[in-house]
Amino acid sequence: MPETGSNTAKIDPITLAVIQAGLQQTCDEMDLTFSRAAFSPVIAEADDRSDGIYSASDGALIAQGARGLPVFVGTMQFSTRHIIRRIASGETLPPEPGDIYIVNDPYLGGTHLMDVRFAMPFYRDGKIFCWLSNTGHWPDTGGAVPGGFSASATAAEQEGLRLPPVKLFKKGILDTEIWAVICSNIRVSEQRIGDVQAQASALLVGADRLTALLDRYGDATVTAAIAEIRTLAAAQMRAKIALIPQGSYSAKAYIDSDGVVNEPLTIALKVTRTGDRLTFDFTGSSPPCAGPMNSVQATTFSSVYLALRHIFPDVPLSAGAFEPLHITGIDGTFLDAHYPRPVSGCAAEVSQRIAEAVFAALVQAVPKLVTAAPAGTSGNFGLGGHDPEKGRDFVMYQISGGGYGGNSDHDGLSNGCSTIGISKAPPVEIMEQTFPVLYRRYALHEGSGGAGQHRGGFGLDYEVVLLRGTARASFVMDHGRTGPQGAMGGSDGAVNRVEITRGGETFTPPHLSKAQDIALQPGDSVRVRTPGGGGYGNPAARDPALIAEDIRLGRYTIEQARTLFKRVSKD
Amino acid sequence: MTNLIAGADVGGTFTDLVILNPAMGEVRLAKTPTTLDPATGGQSAGVLAALEQSQTPLDQVALIVHGTTTTTNAVLERKLAKTGLITTRGFRDILELGRRTRPHAYGMTGQFTPVIPRDLRLEVTERMDAKGRILTPLDEDELRQNVTKLAKMGCESLVIHFLHAYANPAHEQRAAEIAAEIWPTNYITCGHTLLSESREYERGVTAAVNAAVQPLLERYIRSLATALHTKGYQHDLLVMNGNGGMVPASQVSAEAVKTVMSGPASGVMAAVATGRRAGIPNLITYDMGGTSTDVALIKNARAPVSNEIEVEYAMPIHVPMVDVRTVGAGGGSIARVDGGGMLRVGPQSAGSTPGPICYGKGGTEPTISDANLLLGRLPATRFNTDITALSAIFGTKIGQPLGLSPEAAAEAVIRIANTHMAGAIRMVSLSLGADPRDYALFAFGGAGPLHATALAAELGIPRVLVPARPGMTNALGCVVADLRHDSVRTVNRPLDSADIAEIHAILADQIATGTDRINAAGVNLTNTQTELSADMQFIGQTHLLRVPLPHATPTRDDLQQRFEAAYHARFRVNLPTIRANLVNLNTSVIGQRPEMDLSRLIDPAARLAKPTPQTTRPVWFNGWLETPVYWRDHLPLNLHLNGPAVIEQMDTTTLVHPGCTVTSDPDGNLIIEVPNA
Repeated sequence: MPETGSNTAKIDPITLAVIQAGLQQTCDEMDLTFSRAAFSPVIAEADDRSDGIYSASDGALIAQGARGLPVFVGTMQFSTRHIIRRIASGETLPPEPGDIYIVNDPYLGGTHLMDVRFAMPFYRDGKIFCWLSNTGHWPDTGGAVPGGFSASATAAEQEGLRLPPVKLFKKGILDTEIWAVICSNIRVSEQRIGDVQAQASALLVGADRLTALLDRYGDATVTAAIAEIRTLAAAQMRAKIALIPQGSYSAKAYIDSDGVVNEPLTIALKVTRTGDRLTFDFTGSSPPCAGPMNSVQATTFSSVYLALRHIFPDVPLSAGAFEPLHITGIDGTFLDAHYPRPVSGCAAEVSQRIAEAVFAALVQAVPKLVTAAPAGTSGNFGLGGHDPEKGRDFVMYQISGGGYGGNSDHDGLSNGCSTIGISKAPPVEIMEQTFPVLYRRYALHEGSGGAGQHRGGFGLDYEVVLLRGTARASFVMDHGRTGPQGAMGGSDGAVNRVEITRGGETFTPPHLSKAQDIALQPGDSVRVRTPGGGGYGNPAARDPALIAEDIRLGRYTIEQARTLFKRVSKD
Repeated sequence: MTNLIAGADVGGTFTDLVILNPAMGEVRLAKTPTTLDPATGGQSAGVLAALEQSQTPLDQVALIVHGTTTTTNAVLERKLAKTGLITTRGFRDILELGRRTRPHAYGMTGQFTPVIPRDLRLEVTERMDAKGRILTPLDEDELRQNVTKLAKMGCESLVIHFLHAYANPAHEQRAAEIAAEIWPTNYITCGHTLLSESREYERGVTAAVNAAVQPLLERYIRSLATALHTKGYQHDLLVMNGNGGMVPASQVSAEAVKTVMSGPASGVMAAVATGRRAGIPNLITYDMGGTSTDVALIKNARAPVSNEIEVEYAMPIHVPMVDVRTVGAGGGSIARVDGGGMLRVGPQSAGSTPGPICYGKGGTEPTISDANLLLGRLPATRFNTDITALSAIFGTKIGQPLGLSPEAAAEAVIRIANTHMAGAIRMVSLSLGADPRDYALFAFGGAGPLHATALAAELGIPRVLVPARPGMTNALGCVVADLRHDSVRTVNRPLDSADIAEIHAILADQIATGTDRINAAGVNLTNTQTELSADMQFIGQTHLLRVPLPHATPTRDDLQQRFEAAYHARFRVNLPTIRANLVNLNTSVIGQRPEMDLSRLIDPAARLAKPTPQTTRPVWFNGWLETPVYWRDHLPLNLHLNGPAVIEQMDTTTLVHPGCTVTSDPDGNLIIEVPNA
C-alpha cells in the first residue's frame, strides 16, 4: 500500500498535513452538498451559507469550508458554544445520536435571524467526538417585512421568528410539530422543506467523510492532529503579526445612520501590536442604536477575523488562528447589542464597516499587504408588490457590487462583491423575467473611483423602472455620507447615491442609503450609484498615461480628472 | 496506401503527430518543438515539421485532424483581433462589470481586462422585454452611424449583442443585415446565434470571444490547409472542437469560440477510446503537466460535456465543451514550510521559466519534480543536475524545519501534493455526482503516470490505466475523435404547463439539424448516434440536473419520473410535493468514425518475451529500495510484474509502488492494480 498513514497516535508532520487537508475537504464537501441541493437562490446561487467542524468541549473551530460566505468566518463556534453551555445547564435537551438542533437567536452566538444554524453532535464509540454545524440564509423568517431587512425595526420581534436551540431532527427524524410551527411563521414556506433537507443532508455527508477519515487514521491520531493544527495555526497567525511593526494604529469608520435616527454611527478602532498579540480596541464607538444597524458579539468578532483573512488569506481557518487576536472595548457599544435591539443590518452592513476600520488601521502598518477601502456595502434594494400580469405577489432583491480600493501594486477592481460575500449578482435578464421591472441602465459609475497613484475601482450605476402593478421599495445600503476611505494619501471613493423618481419628481431619501416602504406606481423609477473604491497613494504620483487612458475610455471626464488628480494637461 | 489518418496536436511545448494506417494498424509518431510564426503567431511550422519527420507523403493521407491552441492562447494572453461591440442603450459596460465577483474568495486584490475595451463598445437605441416583445424599435440610422464609426476605428470583428435576443432575435438579425452592408469583413457575430439562453454577461462574453478569435483562427487554419494542399494533401482538414468532436475547416471559424478548450478535450477523447477498447468505460482522466493538473470524469465511455465552462476568472464560455477541470499542482509547484511550521506545496509555481531546480534554468525553489528526481523516481540521466546540491536544498528548506531527512522531506512534498490533488479530484467527482472509487484512473501527461499509483491509493481507486503513449494522448484524441454537433434550446417552463408536442418538435428539429451538419462534412462514418437530455430542476431551484432521455418523444410523466429518480440518485432526497421545471433540451448528434486499431502504438517487434529490467536503481519508498527499471517498449503483452518498478519510455516515467501489480492488455496499456483500495 503506497504512502498511507500509520495507525499510531504519534503524529508526524506529513500525517498532520494529510489530516488537515482531510478535515478541510470534509467541510468543502458539506458546502457543496448544501448549495447544490438547496432551493433558496440565496443559498444555491449566492452561497450565503457555511459549514464547519467544532470542538466537543467548547465549540472551538476545528475546520471550515473554504467557499463558505466570509461573514461566517468563526461565527458558528459561538453558537455551538452556547448550545454546549445550555445542554450542560439543562436549558436545552441533551443530545442523542441523529439529533440536529436548529437555532437562529442572534444573541446566542448568531448574526441576524435569517441566518439559521443546524448543529449535529458527531459520535464515536457512544461519545460526542465533535460537532458538525452549518448556517444557511433563509429567504424569510417572518417579521415585519418580507426577507427580514426592515430598515426601521426597533425590536427583534419585528425582524422575525427567534428560535433558541431546539431539536428539529430527533434521532434522525424531522419533528413535524416544530416544523409546523416554523412554517406557520414564515413566508413562502412551501419550498423551505427542500432547504431543510439540503441543510441536514450536508451535515450527514460531513459525518460520512469524517467517519472515513477517523477509520483510516485512528481517533487518537486525528485528535492529536486537531490539537496540533490549532497550535500551528496560532503560530502562523503570530508569524503574520510579526510582519506588523510594534505600535498602535487608529482608524474610524462611519455608518450613515441606523435607519431610524438620522445620525451617523462611529466605529472607533485602535489596533495595537504588542509582541505576538494583536489587540483590537473599539472603545469610543457609538452606543447601541434604535434601528437595525446593531451588531452582536459573534458578528463583531467574525468581522475582525474576516478582515484579517482578507489580509492574510493563507492562515488556515481554525480557532488557533484567532488566539493571538484580542477584541476589547465593545461593551456598551452598538457592536455588542443585546436583546431586544434589532440587528438585521449586522451581517450585511455593520460587519463590512468593521472590516473597513481594520483595513484603514492596518494599511498604515503594512501598506503593501492592505488595500484602500473597498465599496463595502451589499447594496440591498428590495422591491415588494403585486404583479397583475402574473397574478401574484413578488419580493425582489437587487444586490450589487462596488469598486475595490487601490493597492500598492495596481488599481482596484470595478464592481467587486461585498467583502463579506463571494456571490454573483443576478443578471438583468433574469430580473426582468422574474419581476415586473425594466432596467434602463446597468453601467459603470463613471468618476467614482477614488483618486490615487493606484485609483479605486468603479462602482455600478443602474436604474430600474416599475412596469406594472404597485410596489414598495426599501433600501439597506451604506456609504451614502462618506465614501470608502483612501489610503496612503489617496482620496475617498465616490459615495453611494439613491435617487427615486416618483410621479415625475426625483428625490433622495433622508437617510441617504436607507429607506423603507416607498410606494411606487408604474413608470416610477429608482436609480442607484454604488460607491467607488478608495484611492491608494498620492493622486499626483499617478502615471499621466494612465490618467489619459481613463479619460479616453470615459471613466472620468477631463474636468473630474483635473479636480481629482490635479495634474491633467490641457489636451 | 492512400487512406492514412493523421492527428496533429499543438501543445505549449511540443507538437505531436500520430499517423495510423487503419488497414494494417501500423503507426508512425513524431514529436517536434512547437514553433510560432513570429509575424502571425501561427503554429503551422511545427505541424509541417512533424509531418516531415514522419516521412509520410501527404497524398497518401485520407484525413488530417488538427488540435490547436491558437484560440486558447489568444484569449488567455488577450492577443485578440480588434473587435467592436454594438449593444442595447444603457448596457455597454456589461462586458466590463461582470457578475460582481473577485478573483479569490479571500484577498481584495486582482484585476480584470474585458475582451473588448470601453471605447469600442457602442450603444444603439432598441429594446425587447423579457418575453421578446419590442418595447423600443431599432434605430437603424443610429446603428449605421455606430457601425461605421467602429469600422473607421479599425475594428476587424463586430459583435451585436442585445438584451433578451434569446427571446426574440429580430433586432440582432436586422442589425446584422445592416452591418453586413457596411462592415469591411465577414466577421460579424450575433449574441443569440451561439447561445440562445438568458444571462447577458455570459452570452455577451461568449459572443465577444468568438468574434475576437475568429479572424485569427480563420487565417491560421487557411494558411495551414493551403500549406498541406501544396504538399499534396487532397482532402478537407478537420479541426478539433472543445466538445470533443471534429468539424471541417470550412465550418470551424464561424463558431471559433468552440475551439477554445480543444486541447484538453482531445486528451479526454483519447481516454474514451482507449477505455472502451480496454473494457474500462468509467475513468477519471488525470493529466499532470509542468504547471497544472487537469481532470475529467468519463462515465460509460462518454466524455462529460458542460455548457458552463469558465476558462479563467470571469471568462465564462457557455457553449458545450468537454468538462475538464484544473485541480492545481503541476510538477513545477513549489514546496515550502510556512510561518507556522506547516509544509505547503503550491499554489506558487516555478512554471516553465525558471522551472524546477532540475531544469537547470535558474530555479532555486524545491518543486514536486525536484522531489521526484531526488527520490530516484525520475531518471537522473535525463537531467543535468547535481543531486547532492539538490539534496542539500531539500535538507535546508524543508527537512530541517520539520526534523526530516532530505529524502523524507522530498517524500513529504509528494505526499502533500497528492493529498491536495486527491481532495480536488474528489470534489470534482462529487460535484458531478460520482464516487471516485467506482472509477479507474487514466494517467497521462508528463507527470501523470509518476503520481497515479499513490494518488489512486489516496482516493481509494482500485486501478490505474497508463496508455501506450501517455505523452501523445492529445494527438491520439484527434485520430480517434468522432464528428459531433450539439444543440441547446431553452424552454424554461414548469413541466405541467409545457407543450409536449412542442418538446417533441424541438428534439426532432435538433436531431435533423445535427444530422445534416454531420453528413455535410463528407467524412467516412460507420454510424450516427444521438444523445438527448433535458436540464431540469424542482420549481424554485436554480441549479440544474441533466436528465438523459431515451428517445425524442418522452411523455410528461416520463420526464417528471426520470428527473425525480436522477435527483434522488444525486442527493438522496425525495420531494414528492414539488413539481419539476424544464429548462433546456439538449441534443448531440455524433457521427461515429470507424474504430481505430490502437494495438501498434508500441511497435510489437520491439517487445521481448519476458520483462527484463534494463537496470536497477535505488528509489525511495519510506526508505531506499533497489528497484528494477524497465523500458516500456520492450515489455511483453502478457505482462505480470510486482511493484516496486519503474517503467521508462520516450517522454514519461511510470512509477509502480511496492504492493501493486502491473499487467498489460492487447493494446499495450499498463493496468496497475492498487491493493486495499
